[in-house]
Amino acid sequence: MSASETSPLEAWTALQAEAQQRERQRATGHPIQITVGLASCGIAAGGMETQAAFAEAIATQGLPAELRTVGCCGHCYAEPVVIIDHPQSGFPALFYHEVNPGKVHMLVRNFLLGGDPCLEHVMGAMEANDLLPAVNDFARFGLEKRIVMERCGRIDPASIAAYLADGGYGALASALALSPAEIVARITAAGLRGRGGAGYPTGEKWRLAASQSATERHLICNADEGDPGAYMDRTLIESNPHQLIEGMLIAAYAVGASRAKIYIRAEYPLAVSTLEVALAQARQHGLLGDAILGSHFGIEIEIFQGSGAFVCGEETALIRSMEGFRGTPRHRPPYPSVSGLFDAPTVINNVKTLSIVPPIIAKGADWFRGIGTAESPGTAIFSVVGDVTHPGLVEIPMGVTLRHLIFDVCGGIPDQKHFKAAQIGGPSGGCLNETFLDTPIDFDTLAEAGAMMGSGGLVVMNAESCMVDVARFFLEFTQKESCGKCAFCRIGTHHLLTCLEALTKGKAEAGALELLQTLSEDICNGSLCGLGKTAPNPVLTSLRHFAEDYRAHLEQQRCPGLTCRPLIAHYIDLEKCARGCDACVGVCPVAAVFTTSTRKKGIDIDLCIQCGECIAACPPQYDAVRVVSPPALAPRVERPQTDPPKNAEEG
Amino acid sequence: MLMEMGLDREEIAALATIRSELKEIPAQRRYLIPLLQRVQQALSYLPQAAIQLVAQHLHLSPSEVYGVATFYNQFRFTPPGRHPVRVCMGTACHVKGGDIILEHFERKLEIKEGETTPDREFSIERVACVGCCALAPVALMGDALHGHMMTGKVEGLILRVQIEKEKARREMGDRDER
Ligand SMILES: Cc1cc2nc3c(=O)[nH]c(=O)nc-3n(C[C@H](O)[C@H](O)[C@H](O)COP(=O)(O)O)c2cc1C
Ligand code: SF4
Ligand code: SF4
Ligand code: FES
Ligand code: FES
Repeated sequence: MSASETSPLEAWTALQAEAQQRERQRATGHPIQITVGLASCGIAAGGMETQAAFAEAIATQGLPAELRTVGCCGHCYAEPVVIIDHPQSGFPALFYHEVNPGKVHMLVRNFLLGGDPCLEHVMGAMEANDLLPAVNDFARFGLEKRIVMERCGRIDPASIAAYLADGGYGALASALALSPAEIVARITAAGLRGRGGAGYPTGEKWRLAASQSATERHLICNADEGDPGAYMDRTLIESNPHQLIEGMLIAAYAVGASRAKIYIRAEYPLAVSTLEVALAQARQHGLLGDAILGSHFGIEIEIFQGSGAFVCGEETALIRSMEGFRGTPRHRPPYPSVSGLFDAPTVINNVKTLSIVPPIIAKGADWFRGIGTAESPGTAIFSVVGDVTHPGLVEIPMGVTLRHLIFDVCGGIPDQKHFKAAQIGGPSGGCLNETFLDTPIDFDTLAEAGAMMGSGGLVVMNAESCMVDVARFFLEFTQKESCGKCAFCRIGTHHLLTCLEALTKGKAEAGALELLQTLSEDICNGSLCGLGKTAPNPVLTSLRHFAEDYRAHLEQQRCPGLTCRPLIAHYIDLEKCARGCDACVGVCPVAAVFTTSTRKKGIDIDLCIQCGECIAACPPQYDAVRVVSPPALAPRVERPQTDPPKNAEEG
Repeated sequence: MLMEMGLDREEIAALATIRSELKEIPAQRRYLIPLLQRVQQALSYLPQAAIQLVAQHLHLSPSEVYGVATFYNQFRFTPPGRHPVRVCMGTACHVKGGDIILEHFERKLEIKEGETTPDREFSIERVACVGCCALAPVALMGDALHGHMMTGKVEGLILRVQIEKEKARREMGDRDER
């Protein structure tokens, strides 16, 4: 291969200039820019209809507006999200939340045509100004520190020009001017730890793979994201695929890989197609294939679609599945960095880990070390969900407290309810109570608490949640997903689940809690891979931090969180129920609500499935539906003969 | 052909297409999972005939292929309904009562999770997080995602499909009469 006359940096500068030119051209003739967020959650919230409504208005009214698509800005609670930049109106670019087609028509009429931005629907301005507050003045925006997600929701994921014009692939150009060893040294100096869960030092992993004498080395990006409650990897790919590709190219160059693959779940069709488009664009621009940016370095990146098995997120199982076998983990060592895919040295890194690489190369190790804590530099991305006011993706420096994350950044617990627990790290993680609210979160403090950074899933739960049920939920998952290789993991998780199920039904026997504890410890000790070793974590942490929940289930057949359906009962407080009101009748899925002889409502205990819909339907001024545990506490109201139970199926 | 027993015309045609595509793919084990994915994409499930076809091509025994396929959640061995219902059972959806939504689909369609209605109109599956926890609980009907599910919405979604079907049937009837 002969390197061309230009250096990678010059080649990139030319590419960037061309991209900026294209971006400018795109914008000219379209003084108004309308941006719609269309990652999975935007689409789910109706973003497609929003986009279609704008497109129709632009076409029929001949508006000088351009409609652009971006990914997830992390503010999933506000979807569908729209940003309108209408400079002639005199306003800065404005961020609108929950824009349905009705709001689109209003915005077109009042703002695009009339110049009135409908401020009551604006969340904030995109930049500081004298007219109105900027989104960054709000905690949910301003307190974040974005490195990985910096461009998410800002640039069009389907446009390589947008990424290039924004400085993208510049880090690759500078990396190609360094030696591979210099890059490894910089990543090591930055103290980057893998974001796939365990926090293994990335520089060390790269050094080990690079030092193997081998004719072939592999790089695999782990985008399996098996945690049933986390979606940041998918969102990163849907929102900014080029940053991952750039990170992979730098990593491949640094470790001397000749082949690179992205292992991504087949259940993520939008992420897969976004990646395919991005890879094709990179190839067209000489950023993939032979002689990247005119250098001696060349590599292809292929996509391998995973088939949905949680254990395949584990690196040795992932490799096994790429080789065409059942995805069962094997003993380590040898580590994949020494002997991995087809026995060649293989570096496996998470999507986030690889996406952090370009900013580190661009801004340096010291900059990165300046964020986060000494032992865990940089940021963490959490998908904060559950009982929290502003759920979504949050990127914050490592080492902030849970209290800061939940209450300051995400707006706390809605409906004036109390915080009960945070489940952090998914099926491998743990349940923490309020005594941990002031613990700084990083890899090591979480491990000490018996939880784990894991995937970065964070589920916030209010007082009306049950930790026994949460443990049961995760065990049901891990029990199903155990690959079956180790007896402790295969049979032990099954026993744990049976025991937890008995508790949630009020049928557990004396000694159940001791059994949970010892069995959990045995599974941790007797399992080969991380799945089995960490599967008991949700049980162990909830036993430790929420023992009273367990005791109430065991000793009183009572669910304090009013969650376990066999242990609760709904009834209607006849003092509060309004005569003649029948708001709850229609919503009941099983026709359990009947009219009492006093023309109030009662609940047929034999039919009720404890779904809670009648609570939501009962008008707040009456607030007549009650839930109690144990069920015997509910007063029994006789169903009059005049209102016999209907067959629910007929409705 | 004996192998294709129990398949309908479309499925046999799809299988034939795959058979011709196979020539392009080297007979290497590493192509096993991509091949199975390709088959499932075309047929929406893995009938026995397809397993045999893939096994033959890769010089593996059908039981070996079956062993791999059953390991992964993605693969199914019975045809899904025309309107597959997928209920999210991820963490956030669980916390917000996803199981109640799943149960209500089961109750209304009179099938259990993993099954298909006898008229092959609906099937029910559980899935892990579909990436929009902020809208929990979530369910998909076909490819359309529905957030903030309630039992009432379950009935509405099923009804909508049934009305569409009835409408299509009437239009067909009108056309036949003309
Ligand atoms: C059961 C199990 C599931 C895992 N799932 C994932 C996953 O979905 N994504 C991921 O990046 N790492 C996952 N890991 C961790 C990987 O084995 C591996 O450590 C990681 O991909 C390395 O990348 P990193 O160094 O960038 O963190 C999982 C590990 C176990 C034991
Ligand atoms: S610990 Fe569980 S998942 Fe891991 S290898 Fe053993 S049986 Fe398989
Ligand atoms: S809790 Fe659900 S099933 Fe029970 S009465 Fe209320 S609406 Fe009906
Ligand atoms: S996917 Fe749209 S803000 Fe999260
Ligand atoms: S848990 Fe259901 S969408 Fe995430």
